[in-house]
Amino acid sequence: MNKRSRRKMLVVLVLFGVSVATVLGLTAFQENLLYFYSPAQIAAGEAPDSRSFRVGGLVVAGSVQREEGNLAVQFDLTDNTATVPVSYDGILPDLFREGQGIVAMGKIDSSGTFVAEEVLAKHDENYMPPEVADALKAAEQARRNESI
Amino acid sequence: MIPELGSFALIIAFVIAILQSTIPLIGAHKNDVAMISVARPAALAQLLFVSIAYAALTHAFIVHDFSVLYVSQHSNLLQPMLYRISGVWGSHEGSLLLWTLILALWTAAVAVYSRSLPSVLTARVIAVMGMISIGFLSFMILTSNPFERIFPAPLDGRSLNPLLQDPGLAIHPPMLYMGYVGFSVAFAFAVAALIGGKLDATWARWSRPWTTIAWSFLTLGIALGSWWAYNELGWGGWWFWDPVENASFMPWLVGTALIHSLATTEKRGVFKSWTVLLAILAFSLSLLGTFIVRSGVLVSVHAFASDPSRGLFILIFLCIVVGSSLALYAWRSGTVSTTGRFSWFSRETALLMNNVIFITAAVAVFVGTMYPLLLDAMGMGKISVGRPYFDTMFALVAVPLLLLLGVGPTMRWKSDTAARAIGKLKTAFVVSLVVGILLPFVIDGALHITAGLGLAGALWIALTTVMSYIERRKNSSHVPLAFLGMTLAHLGIAFFVAGVTMVMSYSHEKDLRMEPGSSYEMSGYEFRFNGVEKVRGPNFTADKADIDVYVDGEFSNKLSPEKRIYVGQSSNAMTEASIDIGFMRDIYAAMGEPLGDGAWSLRLYYKPMIRWIWLGCLLMTIGGVLAVSDKRYRARKLAKLSTSSTANAV
Repeated sequence: MNKRSRRKMLVVLVLFGVSVATVLGLTAFQENLLYFYSPAQIAAGEAPDSRSFRVGGLVVAGSVQREEGNLAVQFDLTDNTATVPVSYDGILPDLFREGQGIVAMGKIDSSGTFVAEEVLAKHDENYMPPEVADALKAAEQARRNESI
Repeated sequence: MIPELGSFALIIAFVIAILQSTIPLIGAHKNDVAMISVARPAALAQLLFVSIAYAALTHAFIVHDFSVLYVSQHSNLLQPMLYRISGVWGSHEGSLLLWTLILALWTAAVAVYSRSLPSVLTARVIAVMGMISIGFLSFMILTSNPFERIFPAPLDGRSLNPLLQDPGLAIHPPMLYMGYVGFSVAFAFAVAALIGGKLDATWARWSRPWTTIAWSFLTLGIALGSWWAYNELGWGGWWFWDPVENASFMPWLVGTALIHSLATTEKRGVFKSWTVLLAILAFSLSLLGTFIVRSGVLVSVHAFASDPSRGLFILIFLCIVVGSSLALYAWRSGTVSTTGRFSWFSRETALLMNNVIFITAAVAVFVGTMYPLLLDAMGMGKISVGRPYFDTMFALVAVPLLLLLGVGPTMRWKSDTAARAIGKLKTAFVVSLVVGILLPFVIDGALHITAGLGLAGALWIALTTVMSYIERRKNSSHVPLAFLGMTLAHLGIAFFVAGVTMVMSYSHEKDLRMEPGSSYEMSGYEFRFNGVEKVRGPNFTADKADIDVYVDGEFSNKLSPEKRIYVGQSSNAMTEASIDIGFMRDIYAAMGEPLGDGAWSLRLYYKPMIRWIWLGCLLMTIGGVLAVSDKRYRARKLAKLSTSSTANAV
């Protein structure tokens, strides 16, 4: 092989490597995209039923129920238009409490309960996750339009 | 009175920044010595006034001046001294002031340590850094003055976010900013070189030590952040692919590419315009990082209260910096001609590959971090990218990188042969692969392919790095510090890879409910929960758990995680994990919540070799510092260089 074709081969190899990385990367990217849905969107049936996604809203006051003897917990999440029941098995974050805006990641099961793998609450008591704030605003807007 | 003094000092600093960025630049253009000589004193005066402002804010924190809005929001009468001083950079306004102070420090350092460089170049570098300073000072004065008063002054302040009350975090932002802002020196050198139209190996030599030291700070800063998250967030993880972590990681990746590319440019005179582009890119990503953290566009653990209008300001500033420097690059870099030649199998090629890999990694992080923001900004829905994406991407990038890291440093410049490289490395390759694959059997008696490959990779790097050091020792009696620095940094990678592999493959974690007197066994450690008692700290009250850890039935040590409630933060509880650290493993316990009858939910972890991750980062940092201490960067040599290059220029 002469120098020229060697250099060409090097370029081809690099391009090949980078394109393999791109293809694998995009696949991984597609598979790990998490969409956000509000309780109202879930009630309207817009959320996927086999794929993980995120849901955000306010924890309904008085809805948090723990099971005796283990860490399972159930609560309702609302955007003031619709409510979705959430179940979670694990330790809730420090800022989780009734009336607080939270975001949960997981899947919807056949009974319509959102089975959360992860529950996030923000680390500032005055802070509302932007998705939750937007979802609440959208729900508010929809109600106002209806009443007109 | 003192806060007004601080405000005033900021305005003076702003005026100086305008002078600093214009007069020397015009002087350099006209070759006017008087105008050029303004640069150094301006840089020092800038430092003086920014320091006065910074001292004024620190003073307000120390004496509890709650008539200053920023102080009243982030400090209270019970705040310990350490967190009053670190409270200065605990939030937006103060951290901007710190940013500006560090920029002034770097500029002054350039002014002091570059006396042997051509004064035209130094003038341009200082002027470019002055422009960046104008951006940040006007940002502070217009949108976020830390000295804003509140009337009537409250009797007591709120509190620094309790999460930030940790010694690791107290020094994390300054280190990170030293790195971020340090890249502004490399950026300024690149822009100055572009303005001057002289892009040769000498500018690479001049900006190399600055870039390496900035990179070292950034490495340390990121490692401290990771260490803080592990200690303080109570989730037992060391990296979360959180957008804010990514914001500091992107400049690091590009910066790592840059220090390797600079080395190639300096030694061999190749990749010149590519290196300039990397320097621009590294600093642009640092600015982007600041934008991401401070604009409030993110859902993140770091998204403490922030304000979108400020984000817009940084975004515009970012566009101006990136846009104008890239325009300058497009205009000027076409004139650069490559002088060095190298064959396809040479160290140059290996370093080129290094750059391809690091840029690929940076692009992967960029896409995962910015795509959701972009979609959101365009109103096309809210998404987030899960951590498996990042994990997959980095596993993908790690394979060629680890292989290359073993081969690259042993290769010759200009031209080498595959036969020579294979002959030298085949034993190391076989040994590390075999030992790596066998190690999982020693650990728990079972085959574990990913763990085996990861450990093989770490061994491969360690072996080849030590081998090339020994070879270097054999060939010359004197091994330069720079080479030792590189050796240490690469060994750091080996430690890091080994740590990550072990943590990812052999960690155990369990969330469970425990009643007083109950116990749980994990990885040979028995955790006995004795109950919870109330304790009182300087500015918090806490529930403190009492857990005894037994190994083989014998008492080993005690873990006392806490659930704290800080004064001034209403009723929010904060988790304070308790960690028994060790070179080979960490035992970690954190408290969840009370479940009635004295029972608590607890989170228990066993993390093998997690310390190796930070040890690796520390080695990389030390390596960087050693490389900079190399005597060829000292003044005398530079003086010789600069006279010869001015002679060339004339």
